[in-house]
This record gives sequence, C-alpha cells and structure tokens, in this order.
Amino acid sequence: MPTSLSRAFFALLQRDLLLAYRHRNELLNPLFFFVLVVMLFPLGTSPDKNLLITMAPGVIWVAALLASMLALDSLFRADFEDGTLEQLLISPHPLPLLVLAKILAHWLVTGLPMILLAPLLALFMYLPGDGLGVLMLTLALGTPVLSLVGAIGMALTVGLRRGGMLLALLVLPLYIPVLIFSANAVDAHLSAMAITGQLYFLAAMLVLALTLAPMAVAAALRISLE
Amino acid sequence: MTPSGLSTHHLACSRGYRDLFADLSLQLQPGEILRVEGKNGSGKTSLLRILAGLAQPVSGDVLWQGVAIRAVESGYFNELLYIGHKPAIKFELSACENLQLSCALFGSRSVNGIAEALYQIGLYGFEDMPAAMLSAGQKRRVALAQLFLTRARLWILDEPYTALDVVAVALLEELFRIHVLAGGLLIVTSHQPVTIAGCVSHRLLLPDTTQQQVA
Repeated sequence: MPTSLSRAFFALLQRDLLLAYRHRNELLNPLFFFVLVVMLFPLGTSPDKNLLITMAPGVIWVAALLASMLALDSLFRADFEDGTLEQLLISPHPLPLLVLAKILAHWLVTGLPMILLAPLLALFMYLPGDGLGVLMLTLALGTPVLSLVGAIGMALTVGLRRGGMLLALLVLPLYIPVLIFSANAVDAHLSAMAITGQLYFLAAMLVLALTLAPMAVAAALRISLE
Repeated sequence: MTPSGLSTHHLACSRGYRDLFADLSLQLQPGEILRVEGKNGSGKTSLLRILAGLAQPVSGDVLWQGVAIRAVESGYFNELLYIGHKPAIKFELSACENLQLSCALFGSRSVNGIAEALYQIGLYGFEDMPAAMLSAGQKRRVALAQLFLTRARLWILDEPYTALDVVAVALLEELFRIHVLAGGLLIVTSHQPVTIAGCVSHRLLLPDTTQQQVA
C-alpha cells in the first residue's frame, strides 16, 4: 500500500473510532438490544435447562443479526448528511478501500463487542463452555459478513428519507445463510458432530464479502450521491 | 497544442422532469475565474457537482486538459478542491481534527500547515473546540481553511460567502486573487459579485427554467 493511501485509510479509521467514542451512548443501543433480547428469552419461555440449551444458538444469533441491522444506520447516515461522503467520493484514493476503513471501524464498535458479550449471554441460556467457544468463533466469522453485506444495503438506501424498511428487505435475505450456518454449527457441536463444513462455509462467505462488498458499496454510494 | 484547463462539451442536465440546461459548452483556462449565476433552482449546484465528477450529466462531457474526467478520475481529483454547500465538518470533532482528515484524504494538502491555516482564517484560539460550539460563520471558516492547505489547481466552491462577515469575504477574495494569479482555476457560485482586480473573469448565467412547463 502506498504511504499516502495507508495514511488515508488509517486516518479515516481513527476518525470514525474517535467519532464513535464521542457519542458512545448511541452505540450502546444495539448492544443493549442484543443483551436484552437474549436475557428476556428464559423469562418468556421457561427456565428449563435442556430447552434453553436447544434454543441458545438460534436465539443468540437471531439477536446478533437484528442488533447488527439496527446498528447499520450509523454507518453512512451522518457522513451523507454533512457532506463528508462527497469528499470521500472525490478523494484521489480508491473508494473501496476508504469504504473498507469505515466498515472496519463500524465492525470494531458494533460487531466486536457482541463477540465479547457472548459469554454473558451463554450464561443466560445455559450454553456449556465448549458450545460457547464455537459460538464465539461463528460470531467472529459471521459478524464481519453482516457488517460488510449490510454496508451494501445501507449505501443503496442512504439517499432515501425512510430507507429503514427497504434496508431490511435488501439485506435480510443475504443475512440468512450466515444465520443458518452459524446456528447450525453451534447446534452440531453440542451434538458432538463435526462442524468443519459450516466453519469453512462461513469463512468462504467472509472472504467473499471482504473482497467484493467494498466494491459494491463504492458503486452504490456513487449512485446514491448522484 | 494540448488543451489546458477545464472545458465542457454540450453538457446537459435535468432534475426530475425539468431540463436545467442543455448544450452547455465552456472553456476555462489557467488563471481564469468562472462565476456561475442564476436563480435559485436554476442548477448551479447541479452544474458544480457535475464539474466535480460527483454527478453524471445527461449528455456531454467534462474535460480536464483535454481528457474526459471519467477517464482520469484520480488524476483529476488530485488537482481538485471542491467545497459544496454542505461543508463536510463533523460537529463532534475540533477544527484541527476536521482538517487532519481532509489532509489525509487528499495528498495534495499539507498536514503541517493546519495550525497556521486556522490562524490565517481567523480561528486562532478555537482550534481544539468542538465544531458544534462554533458559529455558522466559523464552521464555514473551518471548511475554507482547506484553501490554505491545498495545492489543488482547480477550486470549485459552492456559495463560499455564505455566513461570512465582511473581513472573511475580503480575506477570501485575496486568497482567490493569489490562487488565480498563480495560474489556478476558480469556479464559484455566488449571488454577490466576485470582483478581483487583474484576473480574467467569466460569467455564466444559467437560464431560468423554474417556470418551464412540465412535458
């Protein structure tokens, strides 16, 4: 990477993290939602241990998916409204890489905390230790995919007044494979079955999203800002 | 002879069902100023966004040194400084932090001069204050401080005088004069006259299409 490009990449990453820190209350909302949904589940169903273990992977992953969708709005909205996105578009640096810096910053403040919160949620759902390990692994592979794919949807709808519903319709179908393979991996592991297949699939999705999504986001932003 | 400067060929733009302008050809040489005039809604900002490469015209081309800007994107963007009517200032960040990002995004801007630039633009003592606490005119000055930092040859400014006081306007005109006399190009939209002594100045009056019948 040429020095000026890496300087731009890290400056943008650093600025987004600084902005996130300056209004950290907003960032707590999706995480709060994530924890609350899982916490209320045993209260709403039954405290039966076996039942909760069976549901644990699905419930935690559904909550993670919805929470990361909730967090998407903060990705481009503010930059769109104050004109920063225009400046990114006319920067001499390749837009997909600048966009990647923004998505990385976004994942660091939304996706990463979810992985760190997983042990707490596993406790609510009686998820045993080895199941927790797999859950955190699937979260580590899956949440970046959610951020990357969600960014495409957000980039397409950022110019719309009320794009929330459309955003959900756009990204939810793309989120579902992540949900299925992740929840299934934890399930299968609890039944003492091999999970390499699911993990490889998740890793493949991550690689694919990491390489292709920034380009799609860049193209979508150019359309949105016309 | 290779053509220098910025030119457009038969540019057309429409918004919704309304044609804003069509067949717009212009030529701007180094050391010249173009002032775009027109009523509200006549397409000044749309034209500037097309010239900056942010929007695509319905037809026609924008050429930088004889080559379509679509073909030389990053080369063109290296020469360009565009400040739109949204100033791209983050309210949560200080003036200094705002300018640091702008310098990092555009290699043509020097990061060492930030303190000096803020002093020059009259924000001495406000460098580390969150931009949210600055007045409208001061926020505008933060954005305009970029003019001190850039080496870009083409400046495209949308309503640069908005919210500025008399002193700042005079300062800006002096900056424009230095830039243009050094061979830079300047495109501004403004409702007030831009009078700069000793510079070649063009005026482009966009047609009034606000009363046009919807086809």
